[in-house]
Amino acid sequence: MNFWVINTLNGLSLAMILFLLAAGLTLIFGLMRIINMAHGSFYLLGGYIAISAIRLTGDFGTGALLAVVAVAVVGVIVQRLFLARLYKQEMPQALLTLGLLFIVADFAFFTWGGDPLLVPEPRLLQGGVRFFGVVYPLYRLFLIAWGLATAIFLWAFLERTKIGAIVRAGMDDEEMVRGLGINMPLVFTAIFALGAALAAIGGVLGGPLLGMFPGADFEVALLAFVVVTVGGLGSIRGAFLGSLLVGLVDNFGNVWFPQLSLFTIFVPMVIVLALRPTGLMGRV
Amino acid sequence: MTENRWGLWSAIAFVLIAAALGGAIPSYDTGLLTQMLIYGIFAMSLDVLHGYTGMPSLGHAAYFGLAAYVTAICTLKLGWGFAAAGSAGIAASAIAAALFHLLALRTSHSYYLMITLAFSQVLWSLAVSWTDVTGGDNGLPGVMRPHIGLWSLGSTVGYFYFVLAIFVVVAAMLYIFVSSPLGYALRGIRDNEMRMRALGYHVWAYKYLASIVSAAFAGVAGELYMFLNSFVSPSTLSVTVSAQVLMMILVGAAGTLFGPVLGAVVFVLLQYVLSTYTDRWLFVIGVIYVLLALYAPQGALIYLRDRLKARRRSLG
Repeated sequence: MNFWVINTLNGLSLAMILFLLAAGLTLIFGLMRIINMAHGSFYLLGGYIAISAIRLTGDFGTGALLAVVAVAVVGVIVQRLFLARLYKQEMPQALLTLGLLFIVADFAFFTWGGDPLLVPEPRLLQGGVRFFGVVYPLYRLFLIAWGLATAIFLWAFLERTKIGAIVRAGMDDEEMVRGLGINMPLVFTAIFALGAALAAIGGVLGGPLLGMFPGADFEVALLAFVVVTVGGLGSIRGAFLGSLLVGLVDNFGNVWFPQLSLFTIFVPMVIVLALRPTGLMGRV
Repeated sequence: MTENRWGLWSAIAFVLIAAALGGAIPSYDTGLLTQMLIYGIFAMSLDVLHGYTGMPSLGHAAYFGLAAYVTAICTLKLGWGFAAAGSAGIAASAIAAALFHLLALRTSHSYYLMITLAFSQVLWSLAVSWTDVTGGDNGLPGVMRPHIGLWSLGSTVGYFYFVLAIFVVVAAMLYIFVSSPLGYALRGIRDNEMRMRALGYHVWAYKYLASIVSAAFAGVAGELYMFLNSFVSPSTLSVTVSAQVLMMILVGAAGTLFGPVLGAVVFVLLQYVLSTYTDRWLFVIGVIYVLLALYAPQGALIYLRDRLKARRRSLG
């Protein structure tokens, strides 16, 4: 019983970190048709900048906010300066972001070094909670709650606000939306920055659990790629379902078959793609 | 057609120059030439898939590394001979591609890019964590190069000529492959899959075949690379290797068989020259990717050729 409760919660907390990445990935792809290879870089930058900023200010909240804002600004620069010039060119966009992945990885290595660094847990959330006869870290519960809140927020944003309606319309027929006089380049930049900020939040909040180290960017981005492949590119609901599936499978896989590690996440991917090539909630 | 012939002649010239130089230059430089040839084979193999069939793979290191591992394991742990272990490695890569593409061919474009990346990463993680068989992060050292009759592959020069011979055979086979009606069908699929389907081509079977051929030759390159270093480690399966081979065919013009060989030559030279100035190789790769994406998505060599043409026109 304890085993199931603890590992399910561990899987869920990983799933929520993955969701923060996958949500941005899927929004950016759905709207701009960009496979953002550098999405893990936003995660990594978020975590590392938070570590430095928390060290500097001595406060988790301030440091986290600084990191997220900084990464969002980086996102705006990347989109405006580079990606906007490659409008609708799928392959060059993927290559460009792949290049950025390498550049950021190199920058992070020379700035923060090769040893793993942990983002410090906020003091308020330290310690454990007792329930069902187990003591579970409060921080992980907070992480799960945060992920759920983000999912609800994104759903409400897309389904219940005017900007959300514009984004959804842009996914279906961008030219028509442009024709209606809406400033799509601005929407593109905003959504790209939102995606970058969500990934940075993933880095900040995932940092106390997973740590920041060279290659962390790629490791977590790869899981996020699997999530959106399983869930279906362009769908927030798909990203959420995919995150739950991959987070749980990865966690139980690591417990039961540690030698196989990543191999286990291939199983849900095989099953889903065999049944639905565009993913669970994929748009055609 | 003229373009193809230009590439063919430069490839022949490269092989002749390499053959003449191989024994005469310092052994370190012979090693570099060997690397160029091996990466050349690797780049050509990816080109069959990416350049000719239009399937953008970011996981080609999977077949490169898998064959290297299987050959090393068969040699070290099972005591198999050179030919048997080598064949086993190539077969492993081909079979892995055959199994993987039952799934992967359900996807296209961006999905294919991501799923190939995931596949190679799965193999990488297996190589890292299945320590009993793969040696984990330490890899498998000590795979000696054998004798073939009187021909010792142990020496740098001896191995160089062996790799050169394999390169010529592979290049000829792939040249025949892409120049055949089958190769033209692949190009047709790349340019307009719908139309090829309407014309009655079994598109799935062609793509399937291309992926297996591509994987098998990537395996050849992986084994040669493993024997060059007498060593294999998880880094042969890493995304960096996949990104590097993709870069070679992007530098050298995808969809021309010998352009990527030139890309491999440029790549090895660049790595050699820059490694004396800086150890920030990742940064260099990153910048090259950004520049390629922004200015020359068709390939750096094509970009230069077009610039030269434009200049000649404006002068003439």
